[in-house]
Amino acid sequence: MKFRRLILANLFRKKIRLILTIGSFAVALFLFAFLGVVRGAFNRGADVAGADRLVVIDRVSIINLIPLKYRDQILQIPGVKCITHNNWFGGVYQDEKNFFPQFVIDPENQRQVFPELVVPDDQWNNFVKDRQGAIAGARTAERFHWKIGDRIPIKTTLYGGGSWEFILDGIYHGQRPENDETQFWFQWDYFEERIPQAIKGQIGWYVLRVNSPDDAVRVAKAIDAKFANSPNETKTETESAFAAGWVKQFGNIQFLILTIGSVVFFTLLLVTGNTMAISVRERTSELAVLKAIGFSGRAVLFFILAESLVIALAGGVLGLSLALLAVPALAKALNGMLPQLVLEPSILVVGLFAALAVGIASGILPGLGAMRMRVVNALRRV
Amino acid sequence: MVRVDGNGGSQSLIRVRGLNKTYSRGGEKIQVLQGLNLDVDKGDFVAFMGPSGSGKTTLLNLLGGLDVPSAGSITVAGDEITHMSGSKLTQWRARHVGFIFQMYNLIPVLTAYQNVELPLLLTKLSGSERRKHVETALGVVGLADRMRLYPRQLSGGQEQRVTIARAIVSDPTFLLCDEPTGDLDRKSADEIMALIEELVAKYGKTVLMVTHDPVVAARAHTTLHLEKGVLVEGTASSRQSVLAGGAA
Amino acid sequence: MAIPLIYNVRSVRARWTSAIVAVIGIAGTVGVFIAMLSLARGFRATLVASGSPDNALVMRAGSTSEMMGGITLDSVRVVEDAPGIARDSSGPLVTQEVVGVIPFPLISTGTDANVQVRGVSPHVLRIRNFVKIAQGRMLEPGLSEIVVGKNASTTYSGLTLGNILNFSGSHWKVVGIFDAGGSSFDSEVWCDAPVLNQVLKRPQNIFQSATVHLVSPDAFQQFKDAVTSDPRLNVDVIREVDYYAKQSTRFTTLITILGGVVASIMAIGAIFAGLNTMYSAVAERGREIATMRALGFGAAAVVVSFLVEAMLISFIGGAVGCAAVLPLNGLTTATINWQTFSSLAFAFKITTELLIKGVIFALAMGIIGGLLPAVRAARLPVATALREL
Repeated sequence: MKFRRLILANLFRKKIRLILTIGSFAVALFLFAFLGVVRGAFNRGADVAGADRLVVIDRVSIINLIPLKYRDQILQIPGVKCITHNNWFGGVYQDEKNFFPQFVIDPENQRQVFPELVVPDDQWNNFVKDRQGAIAGARTAERFHWKIGDRIPIKTTLYGGGSWEFILDGIYHGQRPENDETQFWFQWDYFEERIPQAIKGQIGWYVLRVNSPDDAVRVAKAIDAKFANSPNETKTETESAFAAGWVKQFGNIQFLILTIGSVVFFTLLLVTGNTMAISVRERTSELAVLKAIGFSGRAVLFFILAESLVIALAGGVLGLSLALLAVPALAKALNGMLPQLVLEPSILVVGLFAALAVGIASGILPGLGAMRMRVVNALRRV
Repeated sequence: MVRVDGNGGSQSLIRVRGLNKTYSRGGEKIQVLQGLNLDVDKGDFVAFMGPSGSGKTTLLNLLGGLDVPSAGSITVAGDEITHMSGSKLTQWRARHVGFIFQMYNLIPVLTAYQNVELPLLLTKLSGSERRKHVETALGVVGLADRMRLYPRQLSGGQEQRVTIARAIVSDPTFLLCDEPTGDLDRKSADEIMALIEELVAKYGKTVLMVTHDPVVAARAHTTLHLEKGVLVEGTASSRQSVLAGGAA
Repeated sequence: MAIPLIYNVRSVRARWTSAIVAVIGIAGTVGVFIAMLSLARGFRATLVASGSPDNALVMRAGSTSEMMGGITLDSVRVVEDAPGIARDSSGPLVTQEVVGVIPFPLISTGTDANVQVRGVSPHVLRIRNFVKIAQGRMLEPGLSEIVVGKNASTTYSGLTLGNILNFSGSHWKVVGIFDAGGSSFDSEVWCDAPVLNQVLKRPQNIFQSATVHLVSPDAFQQFKDAVTSDPRLNVDVIREVDYYAKQSTRFTTLITILGGVVASIMAIGAIFAGLNTMYSAVAERGREIATMRALGFGAAAVVVSFLVEAMLISFIGGAVGCAAVLPLNGLTTATINWQTFSSLAFAFKITTELLIKGVIFALAMGIIGGLLPAVRAARLPVATALREL
């Protein structure tokens, strides 16, 4: 493009301002990506929930247990494909700070219900045979530098208390980066053997898959109807509704973070756009000279827009690239306090478009002004 | 007595010897001043003339301690300024030089009073003493009634008067004027020149002035011309040639 | 002698359109900084307020949370005889409690959120003596009656005085609303402990914790030593204040890190905005600066003057930021307390100290954003800048 020189020369005339403006853009876009990641983390459960999965909990309280014998009754309901059950263990590994969720699982069915959490077959087979065996999510294993074969003691005050020792037989990976890779699973048989008589045969919740997602609501109703007026009434929800319920309980915090963040994001963009507009206004007389020597108004508009777009694009790409680098570091700092922090491609795309939109917006007003200005007036306005 | 031959006595207020200034522009060396000599006594009023690029401004910068020469010396009231450090030179300027610029260079956000007071902030004077000095200086330039106004509320001539008040308020050793009437109409220019003449005649000020306007230069006691990097004393013929040059 | 401050004040005013960019940037940063910290502090303050210095919590040894505790009635009886416990006409001031988590619909969204339901013993109000019944009366032991914390009452539908609720297979009457002075109990629903055990199908005579009122805060060590050394008991004793303070750490850390990251990113942005403002200030005022220098003001005076100007702008930004978030003070919000799996209402807590920190933060940004431009101003070539247009 023959005007490339002119545009570049204009860009680099004030290097500091150029750097600062690109920097501001980068900061804004970095913040945008960061907030997207945090929002995603808060909503993670709902986002990755299987549409065909239902969660069955006790109607009275989520911390109440429900009988294992419900399992067969649920399986009789038409439309149910497979079912697994879990218990919350709530133990402590070395120190309270090292929190990760520990689930008692049903090794026969866990993989059918959660196919997206993948364990290599050989590891899984070892786990099934090993009564004290455990499977850890890749992130948790990495966090504590666990290797297959390690002995992992976990202390608990529930279920008779004491320190329970597990042997790490496998590590699972999520198929999607958003999948939770922090869980720790161990066998129902081992669990039931050690717990006090009073709570044997009781599980925390069921997770089941239905044949068709469209059928989910009917199946949920059928399950709850089956156990109505029994000593343990149930509450069955789709996994996404269940997860969304938890998200809602985060309450205004998430809303606040996002509101504050968005306000700030737009302020930053506004500020940046304003700076760019000022730099055009300062050059009014030069632009007049361009017009005087025969450039059309449209050409002048084009120069200005090209300039602001280049700045916006450079800043946007820089900010998003920095975010790509920074997210893993941040995940480490938060140390498992939030679920998976993932920078999704959609965030990058939206961010880039936002940057370009601001680039155009901040160039268009002064650009139109320059396009329409009368050369004679502008030249005198030194 | 003003001399340009380098033979002035040691009692001269301003003594310049063998002044050289070389600039390098784009790899090319340009010698602007070449062994310039000058002697100015207290109470002298000297005008420097010369075509554009002859080094008038360079000379003024050197005399005002805004720039350092490549060679040679400048001695003012017994102090040699050519070897002073930057911060020394700053202090020296505050005590000895009063600047009057073509573009006034008033601080737009300060009132006339505050502009004139600026140089006094560098002294140890108390608030009430400063007030007395500022009011006196503004009285001398005839703006005692305008001291609360901002520069933009003043006419060009009035702005230049404020500049003059600012230049004299700290009673400096000499005044340096850079095209003091360059931005003014003839009437205002006349008034400003009358004021400068009064400063010399009535208050015994020493004034060095750069101008390209022969009418203005004519009001000085002595007119010197910058030619080929040195000063020459103004003769009728050379003054004539400048006039012709100005007309062309 | 320094360049007069009035010069900077007036210059900022004269170029306010450019200064406002930096002001907004800094105000936003300071606002977020204070909002996040006040959120963390409010959360912490709410939990800390839940503990009384002269109360101690007794739980099964090794328990990190009441939810995990388990203590038999027999053990409670043993604890009641320990030295250091305050007594009144009804006997030792001990409340043995059961906690449950029961979903109630939120007024705001209509969806369920978990409420901590606490089964208490009849004289709990003498142990947590900062809790006052604001409306109605205290519940009667043995009946399906509940008293509701003031935040719970305004957050969940149905928790109003006189209303009959249906949950856990029985009918409950709301007989009172209590005010727990902004502590986490304000988010709770209280009922009779044995009744709650029944409803949650838990064994009778097992409680999750016991809270004792001591004769004085100093009696804690004596009480703790006596209880932990008793061979009949296998319990931990912790000051109530410490227990609740510890509960707040996870959320507080989360908010502090998130807020810290957001505020630091924004600080960089604000510093960029400040740099831009100050650099263009220096560029536009080159002649003024040169004039000052010609008049005899030193380089240091110029640096100081521009730094002061940057700090002036950032101070305004800081003040605007403080003013903008001040209305948040006392605003109640809620989040889930992962230690109890239930919702906890708390208020933003903006203290003078936080505001001062915010302003200091703003000034720091001003100094960073102003230093380089100020140095550039002092380095301007005086002779040329004097005559430029």
